[in-house]
Amino acid sequence: MPATEHSQPRRVVITALGVVSPLGIGAVENEASLRAGRDGVSPVTTFDVSKTRAKTTGQIGKLQLAKRLHPSSQMMIAAAREVAAGNPSFSPELIVIGTTSGGMSFGENFHRALIEKRHAREAAFWLANYMPQKAVLDAATDRGWSAPSQIIANACASGTNAIGHAFRLVRAGKYQRILCGGYDALSELVFVGFDSLQASTPEKIRPFDKNRTGLVLGEGAALFALEEMDSARGRGAQILAEVTGYGISTDNHHLTQPHPSGIGPRQAMERALADARRAPAEVDYINAHGTATAFNDATEGTAIAQIFGDRVPVSSTKSMMGHSLGAAGAIEAAFCILALRGNFLPPNINYTEPDPAWSLNIVANTARDARLRCVISNSFGFGGTNATIVLEDAP
Amino acid sequence: MSNIGIAGMGWVTPFGTDLQEVWTQVRDGVRPEVKTLTNPETGHVHRFIPTPANAVAHLSRNPRLRRSSTISMLAVTAGLAALENAGSTVAPDRTAVVFAIGDGGVLYTRKFYEQIVKQGANAASPMLFPETVYNAPASHLAALLGIDGASYTLVGDSSIGLTALHFATELLETSDDLEQIIVVGAEECDWILCEAYATWKLASIPLAEGAAAVVLKRDARWKLRTHPGASFARQREASTALASVLTHFADAKIERVISSANGTFIDRAEASALAAYFPNIPTIALKKSLGESPGASALQQIIAATITGKPVLVSVIGFNQQANAAVVG
Repeated sequence: MPATEHSQPRRVVITALGVVSPLGIGAVENEASLRAGRDGVSPVTTFDVSKTRAKTTGQIGKLQLAKRLHPSSQMMIAAAREVAAGNPSFSPELIVIGTTSGGMSFGENFHRALIEKRHAREAAFWLANYMPQKAVLDAATDRGWSAPSQIIANACASGTNAIGHAFRLVRAGKYQRILCGGYDALSELVFVGFDSLQASTPEKIRPFDKNRTGLVLGEGAALFALEEMDSARGRGAQILAEVTGYGISTDNHHLTQPHPSGIGPRQAMERALADARRAPAEVDYINAHGTATAFNDATEGTAIAQIFGDRVPVSSTKSMMGHSLGAAGAIEAAFCILALRGNFLPPNINYTEPDPAWSLNIVANTARDARLRCVISNSFGFGGTNATIVLEDAP
Repeated sequence: MSNIGIAGMGWVTPFGTDLQEVWTQVRDGVRPEVKTLTNPETGHVHRFIPTPANAVAHLSRNPRLRRSSTISMLAVTAGLAALENAGSTVAPDRTAVVFAIGDGGVLYTRKFYEQIVKQGANAASPMLFPETVYNAPASHLAALLGIDGASYTLVGDSSIGLTALHFATELLETSDDLEQIIVVGAEECDWILCEAYATWKLASIPLAEGAAAVVLKRDARWKLRTHPGASFARQREASTALASVLTHFADAKIERVISSANGTFIDRAEASALAAYFPNIPTIALKKSLGESPGASALQQIIAATITGKPVLVSVIGFNQQANAAVVG
């Protein structure tokens, strides 16, 4: 049940994380890939891409945790098990998860079987496992967690929104322990959708590069044990990082295109910094949304340059793993925590030529060592939704 | 106890949009018009309950909505009506949107995937894809109102309306900069949705188009108590989940219950839990009149409860995620 409310804001910490991405299963593999600047993008193998422009994606290898379950459930279970291993006494009072498409590929199976007039015995199974809540329930059931769930579907900002909203609830004393994060699995409908908009690229994904040609999709999941600090310390839980700020904004310019001025990203970052009571000069690293589309990078680059100038190191780790939509913000928050703890800057690979539209301190192609205390992570999505969180090293 | 309450409400139902007229039809047991949708692939005929065509007609020329799906039109109509009912003006940075969605923009999603399968991926229309995204309706509503702050879309089973209501209550409680939140739920119908619920054996009463919206404010006219809900992984656990929520409302002096009964496993599970905590309280099954509208039904129950002017428990068991309840009045 919700904790008793306190008038003083509480400090909110992350005591465990679980991450599944095209760069690896678990924090150890992911950190090694980030340090090595590994390219996790490969040719699509799960559906026909002969008629799409884009042919590649960031994919998770088979997890085989529970054979019949949707890949979304498998990724969520893997991430939840890593959280539980990192903090065995953690039991959430609430679960807040971001996603954009749930188990979409099972919905596709159902629809395709109808069109092809095949009697599919699995139809009811597909439907029961297609809904976005199913992967969340499967992960909770696997761990024996029975908390209520809230599933945020704010397009590509969903994962960051989930962490940010959970942070606000714990800080306000509404809850002591929340499981939060995000997931998304690759699906044909979404892949073709971005292809139809010509937002995805047949080439390498090159965030912030002058010659960028679009995004590459990805998939994955990341989960966090979010706790009120005193409670976590009282239980002797390890503290990985502190969440100190969250900003959200809505840009009403267009359903799929941000306002060229960069006002949406700028407001999200400014609000997050104000929430954390941090000045731009105190930020040591920005994990950018950086999808490598012409529109996103132009507006985000402009907003970052306006707030931070060219001092703060910036990278888009989507250059290595693709854009995993509702999972992206969560996975990138995990990367930020790994960077904070390991004191390194994850690279922005495939970067060849700066865009003259702005001057940014891009962490080009190779990871760098750096002392990190305060980092921010950006996520922006369709519908003009923008979110930024501030993460700091463990107190 | 929270001081957040309901300041205004609006809905789109099979009986129209007028709050009192719709409630009168429901109270009098009037049955809505039922139409059919045919699955062109199998020939299966499904019943569904439409909303009146003129309910959203006023939005058809709005530039932002000219390509939008029915669900966005329904959501925007209900949201604007709720604001009008509340007598609220919108300060863009002090108003948030929380949108509850069950199945999303199924019309455009079905059409888009149909193009992929039948004509090939290179023929899939970029005009359709953006409207398949869950948060498209919330985005349209936020854009029409000029909201530049928080907009959240929550997805889930047919309990999602109460989840969104609780989410919004906590958002308002923890955000000093917000003065009001518009909570909206909506559902559109398509043959593939009917086919899916029939296949899943969860379509005892027809699916219905619809929307509902409430405006939450501090110290508002109608008191509201919400709960985060209780999850269940199997249908046989649903009654226990609801009972665990009802425990928190056991002190409430309830005069009526508005239930989520819809002719499926939910009826027995809900009746069992309610009998344990609120025996002999008159119970209304709203979906008999308004149909099953997963994204909108729970908020329609909240509005019906508010209209009665009495202390009412709204009880909801979703299809496969959560049970929940709220008290109005």
